[in-house]
This record gives sequence, structure tokens and C-alpha cells, in this order.
Amino acid sequence: MVAHAEIRVVHRGGSKINFREPVITNDSRFLLCASGESVKVYSSSSEECVHDLQGHTDLVSGIVRNPSNHLQVYSCSADGTVRLWDFTDGILIKTFIIGYPIYSIYVSENHGGVVFVVVPMANDKSSELFQLVAVHLPRSEDQEVEARELSAVLCDVRPSGAASFGREGEYIAAAKGLQLEVFFFKKQKSYRFFLKPGNKKWAKNAFTCVSCHPKEDCIATGHEDGKIRLWRNFNQKKEYTYSTLHWHHGAVNTLQFTPEGTNLLSGGIESVLVQWRYTQETQMDFLPRLGGAITHIAVSPDGSLFCTSHSDNKITIIQSCVKVSAVIQGLVKGEGVRTNLMIDPRSKALVLNGKPGHLQFYSLHRDKLLYNLDIVQQEYIHEEGLDQFEVVRAAFDTRGDWLATVEERTQKGSELEINLKMWAYDEKTQSFVLNTTVTAPHDDQITAMCFSPSPETTMLVTISFDGHFKAWLLADNSDTTAEGASWSCDFVGGYHLLKPGCCCFSADGSLLAVGFQEVVTVWSPSWELLTTLSQPPGAIRDLCFGRLSCSKYLLGTSTKNQLCCWNLLTCSLEWSTPVDVSLLQADPLSENMAAFCSQSGCSDLFVFKPSEPLPLYSQRALCTGKVQHAVFAPRDQMLESCEEHAQWLNRSQLYFLTQHMDLMTFSTKSEEDRLLASSKRLMVDDSVAVTPFYLLLGKHRQQQEALTNPMAERIQLPQGSIAIKELLYTPAHVLPSASFLCSMFVRSLLISSSPAREEKEPVEEEMESEEEDSEGEAELRDARQDLGGSAAWGPGEELGAPALTKAQERELRRVKHFDHSWLSSLLEC
Amino acid sequence: MGEFKVHRVRFFDYMPAAIRAMAFNAHTERLALGRMDGSVEIFNFADHYFQEKVIPGKDSRSIEALCWVGGRLFSAGLNGEVTEYDLESLRPKYSLEAYGGPIWTITSNSQGAHLAIGCEDGTVKLFEVLEESIQFERNLDRQKGRILSISWHPSGAQIAAGMMDMIRVFDVPTGRAVQRLLVDRGFGGSKSRETVVWSVVFLSDFTIISGDSAGKVQVWDGHTGTLVKTHLVTKWDVLALSVSKDESSVVAGTSEGTVIQFQFIAPTLQQQDKEWVRTRTFKNHTHDVRALAEIETAIVSGGMDTQLVVRPLLEKFDERSHASALRKIHFPHRNLVFCAKKAGLLLFQFPGQLELWRLGESDGHGKPGDSLPLKRKPEKLLHLKRKGEDHICCSALSSCGGWLAYSTMSSVRLYRLQTDNNDISITKVPKLPKVLRSAHQLCFSSDSSKLFAASSQSSVLVIALSQSECKYVHTLKPKSGSRQPIHLMTNSVDGKWLSTANSDCEIHVYNVQKLKLHCIVPVYGSCPSAMGIHPTTNNLTMVHADQQIFEYSIVEKQYTDWSRKLQKQGLHNLWLDRDTPVTHVTFNPKNPEQILLHDMHMFCIIDQSLPLPDQKTQFYNQMTLRSLSEQGRPSHLHAFKICKTFQDLLSVSLLDDQSLVMVERPLLAITSQLPAPVRQKKFAT
Repeated sequence: MVAHAEIRVVHRGGSKINFREPVITNDSRFLLCASGESVKVYSSSSEECVHDLQGHTDLVSGIVRNPSNHLQVYSCSADGTVRLWDFTDGILIKTFIIGYPIYSIYVSENHGGVVFVVVPMANDKSSELFQLVAVHLPRSEDQEVEARELSAVLCDVRPSGAASFGREGEYIAAAKGLQLEVFFFKKQKSYRFFLKPGNKKWAKNAFTCVSCHPKEDCIATGHEDGKIRLWRNFNQKKEYTYSTLHWHHGAVNTLQFTPEGTNLLSGGIESVLVQWRYTQETQMDFLPRLGGAITHIAVSPDGSLFCTSHSDNKITIIQSCVKVSAVIQGLVKGEGVRTNLMIDPRSKALVLNGKPGHLQFYSLHRDKLLYNLDIVQQEYIHEEGLDQFEVVRAAFDTRGDWLATVEERTQKGSELEINLKMWAYDEKTQSFVLNTTVTAPHDDQITAMCFSPSPETTMLVTISFDGHFKAWLLADNSDTTAEGASWSCDFVGGYHLLKPGCCCFSADGSLLAVGFQEVVTVWSPSWELLTTLSQPPGAIRDLCFGRLSCSKYLLGTSTKNQLCCWNLLTCSLEWSTPVDVSLLQADPLSENMAAFCSQSGCSDLFVFKPSEPLPLYSQRALCTGKVQHAVFAPRDQMLESCEEHAQWLNRSQLYFLTQHMDLMTFSTKSEEDRLLASSKRLMVDDSVAVTPFYLLLGKHRQQQEALTNPMAERIQLPQGSIAIKELLYTPAHVLPSASFLCSMFVRSLLISSSPAREEKEPVEEEMESEEEDSEGEAELRDARQDLGGSAAWGPGEELGAPALTKAQERELRRVKHFDHSWLSSLLEC
Repeated sequence: MGEFKVHRVRFFDYMPAAIRAMAFNAHTERLALGRMDGSVEIFNFADHYFQEKVIPGKDSRSIEALCWVGGRLFSAGLNGEVTEYDLESLRPKYSLEAYGGPIWTITSNSQGAHLAIGCEDGTVKLFEVLEESIQFERNLDRQKGRILSISWHPSGAQIAAGMMDMIRVFDVPTGRAVQRLLVDRGFGGSKSRETVVWSVVFLSDFTIISGDSAGKVQVWDGHTGTLVKTHLVTKWDVLALSVSKDESSVVAGTSEGTVIQFQFIAPTLQQQDKEWVRTRTFKNHTHDVRALAEIETAIVSGGMDTQLVVRPLLEKFDERSHASALRKIHFPHRNLVFCAKKAGLLLFQFPGQLELWRLGESDGHGKPGDSLPLKRKPEKLLHLKRKGEDHICCSALSSCGGWLAYSTMSSVRLYRLQTDNNDISITKVPKLPKVLRSAHQLCFSSDSSKLFAASSQSSVLVIALSQSECKYVHTLKPKSGSRQPIHLMTNSVDGKWLSTANSDCEIHVYNVQKLKLHCIVPVYGSCPSAMGIHPTTNNLTMVHADQQIFEYSIVEKQYTDWSRKLQKQGLHNLWLDRDTPVTHVTFNPKNPEQILLHDMHMFCIIDQSLPLPDQKTQFYNQMTLRSLSEQGRPSHLHAFKICKTFQDLLSVSLLDDQSLVMVERPLLAITSQLPAPVRQKKFAT
């Protein structure tokens, strides 16, 4: 897959957060979920992403709590590693290399030092068969450990979600197809139970999920036809028995017992969380209207929090089964993206179809859904076979002041209904407000639409299958109505009754190119047909003007495998090459063009400049299937990459959607290095016994640092109050002498420190050698984060608390170094 | 297969009565079934669930509960009487007034020495079981409110009685009530209604399990009188409970038609302390499940929807076979339809009346499968109500259509029928011989000159009929001295032979002309369910409850070659796996090779000239044959030609004009006549 070692195709931003079951931490404060190649740590109360645990190099396929340490989690990934993380600080503790792609992970308290992972059978990566193996994690001090001690437990299991440990880890139950298998570890014996395929339609009895009761020997299984079976006496071949519960009308997607086993939670397509009372199954509680089909349920270890993953890439956090307390929404991916991927020029957010009838604004940098814009403004009815309005096209103008959307509805046997809507950006509400609605702007489907980039006029061009293109102008008729400007049609154009397929404005807005089947027409802003370009055979599929230095070029792709480049000055073909380009995308910030070519079921990418015949970068077999949507997203800060073939990624990042609706992007080596550097590693810390006195001392020292450190000034106030608290709540016999405490207490009340003390420090610093500078910058960042971390998580944090001797010295040095720079800037003033 | 004109008869409004009570005798493997109309049926579970005996009902009798003591069957009902049945003469032996008002329940202790009955007036009465009768012994402490259910502790020392709103535990030796378990009322609006404890079960570990009208199955500790566990299983009533022999499973029948199983399971494996856990739910009924029995390998249930369901417990079987298949018994395993082959008349037997119909006529011709236009519609000629309280137990119609007879438990009536075109006249034959008091089976000879009546102890009375009078001729008695009743009787067309079958599986052949026993067919282990004598060869064809077919030559007194060949080769598995017995055997006079058989789900013609099918041949091959060309067919033909076009068959007979009469009673029609079931919320309604 990787052609250039430096550039990788990665999942970054907008990944599925409902891919695997999320994990709630022991104290219910954090929620961890697999998201692309990282593990995200969300705060369960504020919905904010606290940490992004980076390190895996392929999709993360499972997270479990470390049963022996409640502050750690294991994660597994298709890259063949199991990693142990400290999620409170976001530190990678250990990496276990298994060597096979892992599809899910299970652990049990009673199997210490062993994790159970699902790997493909017989080393065959393409095989559809999976097995559950036990991996003995070697005890080693190294950061990276190879764990090669595998022993197969169950053969032929589902890759995910269909295995569960029973009471005290005595057995594991796995379901696949019409078979339930229970493996007893002590006896090393497995029992298999089969169900009949079902009388009416096949596979209605098939197992979908399995969950074991934590305290009793009872296995709950979910089935395709919505039934839940509770199996008992399963240590016998024939005398086993089960009872059946039936509420769901569709398949049961997931089942989970609460930690004490008093309740059983189930969810399915109905988007209702059902809570069954164990042993009183006729009594159920429902939490309806959760919004999307439930795919996973997780319960916190104390049973107070539930969270449900939904098919629309959402995680809902539910408090004690009655109240939805938080919703974490990822990038919504429907069945298809009818609008292209776009970048909102203002917020730099990715814009595409979201919920039905909505446009979603998704910030790629923060990996967060900003908001949904209701375009259709009609109630969506959840019923199959109903034709409802869908957003099919959207376009932004260059400044992000205007948004144009097209929605359409096709009803069988009736005419196509199309609405064109213009939305103006409202500074006050920080959102788009509907300005103009044009019903039936065209007689047929609108195939393309773009705003003129010229700063003088605000103009929109729509292209339709009815053979016309229309230009819409913002007419300022404020004198007639109070409402202000509205849009109206300015020009209707056509060419020999041919059907137009695409259009493109040149970068300065002085030219409009419209592709009429095999002919490219170029129009001036005064609607004169300047020239026609044609390069048969094949209809024009995509048109793109060159940018910046290459603005004299017009590029077009045709259905008959042609990529042509016309020189607009000479109105002649500059070059053409026979490739089947499925998508042509121009980088708005550079001359670069990206062309996705589909070849034998795979997609290739070529990045080139129109002026040069050689591609800057090419990657074969990017992904399977055709790439239909891609966008260049500008970076918030430029990348300084000196590698020649990675330079095209300096200004903007290329995102694309694969066939399976995965949002992928390209990442360079330097970028990854930077990310890795920012994520923390485990620091070997001298272990110091934690006594209240030590904590107090540590706090005291931190405070001193905070006082001397202007950056820490913001954190100072809560810090001070904590010190007072500590003073008040620590038992008297362990407190230091009153004189010491008094000075500390008084100092904690001071708002700013005296300049005299600060001036003393640079002198000291100067005595320190300058050689610290090299490491200074990096360490400074660490220190700041450390401080931030300990401030947020309060006292009692072992890792965050500084050590006495070495660490103290180091930190002191750091502080001095910082003070120096601050002071020098002051002096310059 | 041959082409026939078919009379598809659907105007027999046969309606079985709802099942009220059930008792299983594990020793003899007989199930006694009490119906709402007071009739009792005995099923032999060892012999393919064959309905061996039917004791006809009586208007004044009602059955609330049944109970076996050894081989003796007792019933009690709301008429306040305890009845013992004579299973040989198929009539009540005696009835004893209990003087406690309507009786709700009757049970015997495990020793079989005492019967306990629960009465409306709140008394539990103990009866001592004597050799020939029962005798009232004493009352236990009288309580306020009726006693609806009783269960003996297996030791016989205590009795749990379900009452209104409570369960009482009695100490039998002293007769004192030792525990009073209060049962909660239902929720909401039903709070004001008393809870009826419909059923209790007293287990040997002093656990009491109760089912009540609030829809609860509750587990109680009988020592302390405390509630251990409540299972709310339905919104309506839990009507019946039954415990398995090893006390590891209890089934509960509800008003919703479900049967819910509870099992005594350890919540954690390898541990000893067990608890009652609700496990499986069986839904085979549409209406109330009033009667339940958990037997060794199956759960037997019956209720308002009149069908008896045997649901095998699959874990008790090593492999899947026809024994492990679900079985539903809808129709009685005997004839209720009689056909006058010459006159084209049909006689339908109901418990309360007889109906005589004339078949329709048609002169049309059509392709196979067409329905022909009717020239004359079928017509109900006669509606004959029985006299007296006793229900009709058997009836007969002579093949010429000139005679009609029926019998109740107390009397036999014979009528002379005269039909002139559209007029029908019926005259009762006045003086019947004194010996003819009741009959288990009636049958006219083919020339209508004699009436055969199966009487007690397997004997047959021969009555000569003439225009003016009827005269007792002889009593045919079997040599074996069997006391069992005759349940099948058939005679030959030439009037020479009469064969009878009784519940001991004995088949006797009598020579009617010489009025003596001709021979005894070797006794086969399964009860014959149908038999017929061939009109030309005088071979006796017998079909047994286990689906085996035998052909016995009466003249040669031995099995025929065809029968031996059939037994040697064995019948096809698909034939043996059918779950309803063959109830009728007739022959085609035009084609002596053909034997016509039917059961509830199929109609079969056995062609003795064709090769027998072996296990590998396709058994149901009529569709395949139809698709083959004329030349290709012979190689695929085999003796069994089965037609499943007609379902829910009660009777098939071949008239003398070569037209078939198929009497169907669609189950849907029976269901539609049932009272509405309890309302249930169905999804998406």
C-alpha cells in the first residue's frame, strides 16, 4: 500500500467512533472509544475529548480496561499490536507485538497476564475465518515487547462482538451463525449448542451477540429475529435449557449485563434501550428515541453510567438508565454523500451531508462536529420506501458569506421537485440564515453549481440536465423591500441543446468553463461565448482551472479515459494523457492538482502541476473501489517538509472518502513525528513514598514554581485554594510546623510576586550554563503540560507529582530558563 | 392413481368439546382426558398416542378433575359427585354424592389409599379407596371460601389447598390447618378482585408452587410459609400446573394459551443450592390451557381450543425421530361419518344428534382438478335428536340407506328410513330385543338383513332385520374371554364374515352364516386403528396405530403373500413417521388391486400390483409422476399413491358409482367457532 515510506494513508479525523464498544473508566469520568488509528478519551460529563492516544498504525479494533490496574487500558489494532495506555495522562506504557492483525480483544480479571484476541486463522490475511487466542503478555521492563506465546482457545469465531467471559472467568461463550460455544477453562472442554435455522426465513435464529451474567451462570444471546435467549445449565450436552424474551422487532444488535447482573440491557434498530430485570423479565424499562440504531452498549463498572453507540456515529451517555446526559457525535455518514466534500472558508470545517436533510459542519482539526444546518426544514419520517427531500448539492462562495444548497425529491410517477436555497452568513448568530428559496430553478436535476470567486460580484452558476446553465445574481433591492438583498436569475445559457455536466470558474472569476458533453465552452462574465474546446471522444466529466502560476491552464477529464490540459492563451491542447480519472481536485492554495484514477477495482492517486508533465507524487492502489469525493483542506499552520514528493502536503491536506465511507487522509513522516512527540511517553520516575506531608511539600514547591512562572498564573488560584484545603483537612499530627505553614498560607494568598525576586533569578540562571538551551524548548512544553495536568486532576496524582531530588532540580532549571526569556522580552520593551 | 369424481363435503359441523381435565397414569402410560361435555377419553401413550377408549358424556355430568388410583379412574365435577369409571364397559361404575357442593378438584395420595376432594363449601374431604368403591372418611378443618386445588405432599402427611386469596396447608393426621399462605392480588383494577389459586403443587422438599388468577407462579416454603419467589408470567390467569416426576421441572398453563416451563436449576454451575427459574415458553394453543401433564419425555397440554398437544422435550431424546416431533390430536381416532354407498347418503354423528344428508349431483365433465357445476345441491334430509341425557356413543347407516341405528349408554334405537325422491319418512322400530341395551359399535350387514351390535366383554349381538320386526339371533363371543370393549367392527360384502377388534388388540373373525368364531388373527402389539374386508378376495386388511399394514386371508387363515412381502421389506420411513392413525380402509370394487386408506392429513391408494417402495425411493411422488412423460412413469411407480390435496379429513368412502366422498372439517372452521381468546396486544396491531 505504501509507495513512499514517508507518506501514509491514515484515518485521521472523522473516523468512526462507533466501530467498537466504548469503555467507561472505573470512576465513570472518562469514556474511551476507538476512533480510526487512535483511542479517544472523552470526558463523560463535558463531552470534550481529553486525550487522543496516538500510536497505532492501523485501525484500532478494541479497547478493554486493564483488570489489574484501573487507570490503564489495553487497546488492540489491525497493525498487530496490543498497547497498554495510561489514559489519565495519555501515556503509552507498553507495546506488545503479536504479529497478526487483531480484530477484537477480551480480558478477564481471573486470567492475569493474559489477553484474549481474535486473529485470522492460519496466518491468512484474506481468510474469513477467525480464531480466539490467548496471549501471555511477558513481564518485561521494555517499552516494546514481543508476545509470541499464543494458544488457541476457540476456532471459528466472529471477528467482533460475539464473545463474553462468564462468571469469574471460568468460561467464555462465543456465538457464530446458529451455534453457541461455551469453553470451560478448568476442564478445557467446550460445549456447543445449535439452533434450528428457523421455520420461515433462513437465519432468523442466527446469533447476533452474546453476554454472560457476571454473578450467575447464565448466558444471554441476541438473535436476528429480535429474540433474546437466556441459556442455563450449559455444562450439559442435553439438559441445557433456555428461556426466550422477545421485544425487539429487528435484530438484537447488542446485549450487556449490568455489573451486578441485576439488569440486562439490549439494543437494536429500534433505537430504544431496553432494560430487562434479571429473573423478572416481564418487567422492562425503555429509553426510547435515542436517534439511531444502537450498535454497542457499555456499562461503567459501578453501573451508574451506560453508554450506547449508534449507527450514525454517535455515542450517548445515559445516567442510571433514565437520562441522556451527554452525546458525543462523530462525523455522520449516511448511505452516501450526495453533496461533495467541501471546506467552509470561514470555519475551515468539512461540510457534507449529515443527518437526513441536514448539512454537517465538521472541524477536522479538532475532530469534532461543530453543528448541523437544517436545509430541508421538514420533519424526516423514519420509514422505508418514503421519498423525502434530500440535500444533493451545496456550494460556498470564497469568503464563506454565502451558501447555496439544492435539495430534491423524486417521487415515483411524479415530477422531480427541486429547491435551490441561498443562505447568508449571519455574524450575530454565527450561522447561516436562509435568504432566498427558488423552487424549480431548473427542469431537471442540477448536476453542478459553483460561486464566482471574483470579489466584485456575488454570482452563482447552476448547471442542469435540462440543457441550460443559469447564473444567479444577488440583486440589491433594498429600496423595495425591507428584507434586503435577494437572489434572482441573471442569465440562462446553453449550447446546441447539449446537456452540460460540469462547470468551473477560473481563480479570478474572469472565465467560466462549462462542459457540454464533449465540448468545453468558455464564457466571459458578460456572458459572451469566448471559445469552445473539444477533445473527443468522451463526454467531459470534470473541469478544473489551474491556480496561481498555472492559471492559464484548463484541465478536463472525459469519460473515455482522457485527461486533457488546454492552454487558454493559445486555446489549444497542451497535453493529454490516457488515464481514467474519476475525480479531479485542485488545491486552492497551490498549483497542485490531485487526480484519482480507478484501475482494476483500485484507486490510484496522482498529484501534479498542470505546467509539468511529471507527477509530483503518485500512489498506486490507494484503496479499493472508486474514490468519488475528495477535498483539499488547508492546514492551520504550514508544514515545512523538505522531501520533494511530500511538499504538496505542506499547505493543505487531501482528504478523501473511500467506497466504505471511511474518511482518509495523507500524513507525512515529519507530521507523524511531531504528533508522536506531542504525545507523551512513560517517564521512569523515582518512586517516592506518598505521604500527606510529601504531597503538601510537593504542592508547595509547585506553587513556588507557579508563582515564578507567569504561564502558570492562570492556574494559580485554584491551586491556592487546594493548598488551603489541604491545610485544613490534613490531620494535625502530620502537619509541618506552624511557622512553615503560616508563611506558605500567606504566600498562597498573594496575587503577584515582587519584581525584586524575579530579578534575582536571572542572575542565578546566568550562572547556569547555556547548554540547557537545546533541550529547553522541548522540556518546557512537557513541564507546562504536566502542570496543566496536575492542576486539572488535583492532588493524589502519583505520576503528576514531582520527585524530590533529580526532578526537582530539573524543574528548577526549566523555570529559570523560562523566566529568563520572559524577562528579556520585558527588557526589550 | 386413477381418476375419481370427488364429493368434497364440508358441511359436517363437527365441533369437539373443550378439554377440561387431564390425568396421566405413568404406570400404564394411559392419559385420561376429560372434556367439557362430560366425556372421558383414554389415550395409550405407549401405542403412538392412540385413542383407545371413549366414555361418552352425559348432560348432567361435568368433569372438573380426573385422578388415577392404580388402574382405576375417578372424576369429580361441579355436580358434586365423585364418579368412578368402568373402563371395560365404558360407563360410570358408580357416582357418590360428596355433600360439599360443587367439587373443584380431586387428587389421590401417592400411596393410592386416599382421595382428597376440594369442595365449594370450603371443606377438604378425604375418601378411603376400597376394593370396589370408595368411602367417605372425614373432613379436614373447614375453611371459609372454596377449595379450588389440592396437592398432597408425597409423604401423604400434608395437603396444600389453593383457595381464594390464600393457600392452606393441612396436616392430614390431625386435620388441622398448619399454614396459611396469603396470595397477593393483582395490580391496578384487579386489586379489588379476589385472587383464585387455580393450581398448587406440593413438592417433596416442602416447596409449594402455586398458580393463580393474577398471573403469578409463586414458590413458597411449606415449612415456614414464606414466599420464596414470584414469577409474573401473564396478565391473565395461570390455570394449570404440573410437575415432572423427578421434581426438576414444573409447567404452567395460562389463559394466553402458553405453557411456561420452570426448572430447578443451580444459578451457578457446580453448586448445590438450586432455585426455580423460568425457562422455556411453548405456545401451541390459542385459548386457555386448562389441563396439563408433564410426562417423562413430553409436556401434554389441552384446553379451550379442543386440541391435545404433545410437546416432546427434545433433551430427553438421543436423536430426532418421529417420537420427538410435536403432535397435535384434533380429531377422534374413530368414525363419526357413515356412508350409504348405494343410496349416496351420509350420516353424521354428533354427541347430541344425528344428521342425514344426501350428496349433491352433477352431470358435468371436466379436466382433473376442475370443480364441476352442481345439478342438485347436497341436502340435509334429517336431523334426529337423541332422547335422554346420555350422549350418542355410536351409530350406523345401512348401505341401502333404509336403516339407521344409534346407541347411547342406556339404550339402542333403530329406525326405518324411506326416501321417495324428495320425501323422507322415518319410523322407529318399536320392539327391540331386550338383550340389546347398549352397544359400543353398530354395523349393518351389506344386504341390510342383519344388525351387529358390539356389546360388553367383546361379544357381538346379531339381530335379524325384516320389514315387520327385528329378532335377536345369536351372541358371538370370543374365546379369549377378553373383557375389553370392541372399538372396530366390519363385515364382508358377501355377508359371510364379520371381524371385530378390541382394545386388547385382538381381532376376531366370525362366520356369520354359521354364527361361530372362524379364526383369531395373530395378535400384534399395536392397536388396530382401521380394518376392512376385501369384497372379492375376502382378505382382511388391518392398519394399526403404529402405521403397520397387514393383510390376512380369512379363507386361508394366514397372512397373504403381499402382506409378508410388505413386512419383509418394511414400510417407508415417511409412512411410519406420520402422526395420525389411518381411520378408514375401503376397497375399490372395480379394481380389486386397490386399497383406499386415509388419515387426517392424506388420502392413499395402495395398488398391490405395483412394486413396494424401498427407503431410497421418493415416497410422495405424485407431482414428479405428473411431470414425467407417459413412457417414463412406470419406472417411478410404486404401490403407495398419496394425495394431500384434501386436508383435515374425517372420512373417505367410495360410492358404488365410483365417486369418492371426502368429508373435510377444516381446523380453521373449528377455530372460528371457538369463543374469542383473551385479548392480547399483538405487535403492529
